[in-house]
Amino acid sequence: MSSKIVIDPITRIEGHLRVETEVADGQVIKAWSTGTLFRGIEPILKNRDPRDAWMITQRVCGVCTYVHGITSIRAVENSIDSFFTVPENARIIRNLLGGAQFVHDHIVHFYALHLLDWVDVTRAIAATDMDAVVTADQAISSSRTRDAAFFADVKQRLSDIAGSGQLGPLANGYWGHSGYTNLSPELSLIMMADYLDALRIQTRIIKIHALLGGKNPHPQSMLIGGVSLDLAMDESQWSALYSDLNNLCYEAKTFVDTFYLPDVAVIASAYPEYRAIGGTDNLLCFGGVADLSSAGDLMFPRGAIFNRATGSVQAVNEAAITEHVARSWYAGSAALNPASGATAPSYTGLDLDEKYSWLKAPRYNGQPMEVGPLARVMVAYGLGAVPAITQLVGDFLANTGMALSDMYSTIGRTAARAIETKFIIDSMYADWVNELMNRINPQFTTDTVGRVGFTLPPQPTCSGSFLTEAPRGALGHWVSYSSGGGNPQIVNYQMVVPSTWNFGPRDLSDVAGPVEQALIGTPVVNQQQPLEVLRTVHSFDPCIACAVH
Amino acid sequence: MHEDNRGEADLDFAPPRKGISRRDFLKYCGLVAAALGLDATFIPRIAQAWGGTRPPIIWLQFAECTGCTESFLRSTNPFLDDIIFGAASLEYHETLMAPSGQNATQNLLNAAANYRGQFICICEGAIPTADNGVYGMIGGKTMLQIAKDICPKAKAVISFGACASFGGVAAANGNLTGARGVHKALGGYPTINIPGCPPNPITLVATLTTYLLNGSFPPLDGYGRPLFAYGTTNHENCERKLSCSAKCLYYYGCRGRTTYNNCSLVKFNNIVNTPGSPDGCWPVQVNAPCYGCSEPRFWDRSNFFLYNGHYINACEPVGP
Ligand code: SF4
Ligand code: SF4
Repeated sequence: MSSKIVIDPITRIEGHLRVETEVADGQVIKAWSTGTLFRGIEPILKNRDPRDAWMITQRVCGVCTYVHGITSIRAVENSIDSFFTVPENARIIRNLLGGAQFVHDHIVHFYALHLLDWVDVTRAIAATDMDAVVTADQAISSSRTRDAAFFADVKQRLSDIAGSGQLGPLANGYWGHSGYTNLSPELSLIMMADYLDALRIQTRIIKIHALLGGKNPHPQSMLIGGVSLDLAMDESQWSALYSDLNNLCYEAKTFVDTFYLPDVAVIASAYPEYRAIGGTDNLLCFGGVADLSSAGDLMFPRGAIFNRATGSVQAVNEAAITEHVARSWYAGSAALNPASGATAPSYTGLDLDEKYSWLKAPRYNGQPMEVGPLARVMVAYGLGAVPAITQLVGDFLANTGMALSDMYSTIGRTAARAIETKFIIDSMYADWVNELMNRINPQFTTDTVGRVGFTLPPQPTCSGSFLTEAPRGALGHWVSYSSGGGNPQIVNYQMVVPSTWNFGPRDLSDVAGPVEQALIGTPVVNQQQPLEVLRTVHSFDPCIACAVH
Repeated sequence: MHEDNRGEADLDFAPPRKGISRRDFLKYCGLVAAALGLDATFIPRIAQAWGGTRPPIIWLQFAECTGCTESFLRSTNPFLDDIIFGAASLEYHETLMAPSGQNATQNLLNAAANYRGQFICICEGAIPTADNGVYGMIGGKTMLQIAKDICPKAKAVISFGACASFGGVAAANGNLTGARGVHKALGGYPTINIPGCPPNPITLVATLTTYLLNGSFPPLDGYGRPLFAYGTTNHENCERKLSCSAKCLYYYGCRGRTTYNNCSLVKFNNIVNTPGSPDGCWPVQVNAPCYGCSEPRFWDRSNFFLYNGHYINACEPVGP
């Protein structure tokens, strides 16, 4: 006997997602992932100036805004890159904007979007011995200095909300579910304190986007050929910017070291059963986050892993990417490479045996691939090319008693996200800020170039692409445009984005997408409260407006 | 080389770890007052308004990118957790709420029934209207149907962002889904529009503050936008306006002269206590032209920048 569980809407995500599972003998035996919104950004891009495209692609997602903007810029730059080289200053500013995006996104994800899957608010309120809470807090990280009065205050705030009768966003959660009892009341209270803190701290980290992009979300300083910023500064402007960037990075780094990474270790230790479920078999990383030099060294290397063979990372071949629409609400049946992709909506109703999603189904070498932090970290680890990542993974496994193979799981995915956040903020703080500021220091240099001018090339048609990494995983933009008459117009624009990889439906051969596979085998103890399903779905950090666009 | 001062971050810079500092709170109330054009004597009243009642809010997300929600999350320090858990009662908001699926939908139905005629409905995103709205569904219902069910039960509907106000990017040329702003999708249903892509959260907070102070919403312009925020153009308060040598961006395509918004006045991502930092930033500060995101159909008004040599070679000042 089996039964179906529908979760629609999946909340605490970006966008609109429905997940249906079939459960037999208390375990998920089948799953379907459905994107329920289509906006048609690719068709909207047609006939527009390719130099304007980044403005629109940035609106693919208001969470990782910057990444879709810069990927578009670089796809267009790629189409004409024999005409100019992007200045070093622009490369570093782009790195800083990209890095800030990742650090911010991951912190918001773990605390605001994921933590309530692991922490029961009602258990937090049940903590009575505040001295024991302080002891537990300092055991998590010796840098924590919070006292009993602090935790009593947090407990009081939570009790006030619970007692007010207006629980707001906390109302009707799966509180009291037996799956929450792994975490003691003391640890639950600590996690809720950190949840509240993180809501404030995220407003500060992203100030880096305000300083270098004019605002966030949707920073505005991007430009084909560089960045719009005026880098000619006097000494006082320079030192104000230096101290701002330095302090913001320092604060973020302190938060990651003292709270984020240790808190993830707490969850990994408290929920060992999630080291064995929620994994997928294949990982894909397009490489990037940052270009470490103009020679094209990538912060995270490119690679693909099949069948969990971490030690044998394969090279990535752009031509091996296809998108299927057999089970998606689009016309056509061929699996197309995005360079010649098409987006022709054709809604036929939700039918799990036929078509059931607005997401296409991307495949690499014909295989469904998980993308995201786990792919980035495991590819880097497998290649052994990034000592800092090898070290961080080793430390995390040692701290939590996990094996490397446990990384292919719900917990592993969440851990990888925290590990890479530390790697990124360390790089920003230690290297990138100084790299930029030393270059533009008015006392020593006059290298204030942040952009180059160029004229569009004379060819009648141009095409370009760019593969990179967004916070949620591998991202590619493909553009082709006619450039005749100085009035260039986009002919075709295709995006294959992280959550399309992770949350795409079945393909022409009826092979399920990554999250559909990851959910199989998940135990569900209470079908009215499918908490276990949510934990794995959220561990992917779904971003569905982006996935469908 | 400049001396490396890493690790010496000012202690004042450390974020508040306990409660909200009263100084920060009053500073924010001061910004709200300034956004509303009120003088400092109103600050205590604003502080009181935000500390007292808890108006219920239902936040609906339609065809959006979630940038408006992110904007709301971003610069409300020290208000963010206070708004959602304290000053107001956020009854429904898919990105923030704990429950999923039926439990989430139940919260929406409960709130709309229990607070009928009292709750404020904040809409984010456009509404797909083509083919009976099949391009946007939540919980098996079309977004169009959800809007029709919930909006008329609200005390007021606030369309937050360019998409909810005027259709935004989803309704730009090439729109296959019949996306429209909430007002238009519901056949002229009255809404307060707070456009921008994304809009400034302070404009939303100030609009809600007016309601808390006066029991009514602020005066609106012909597009349903609060006049306190959209009564003047960005150009009028732009720091580069009076000085051509300061590189006015008009000749690079800046739309600040025809864009009604408070960006140049209130700025974004405010309240950073970093030494030397301005209270906020806005695009012109990073040499980026305003592209007019608070005006209807701004996506289709022509190229965003002037590309014929001007903007791309914008290193040198231009006049007049
Ligand atoms: S108005 Fe802009 S930020 Fe808001 S949902 Fe629409 S595209 Fe996103
Ligand atoms: S400056 Fe212009 S484009 Fe930028 S946010 Fe303000 S109104 Fe929108």
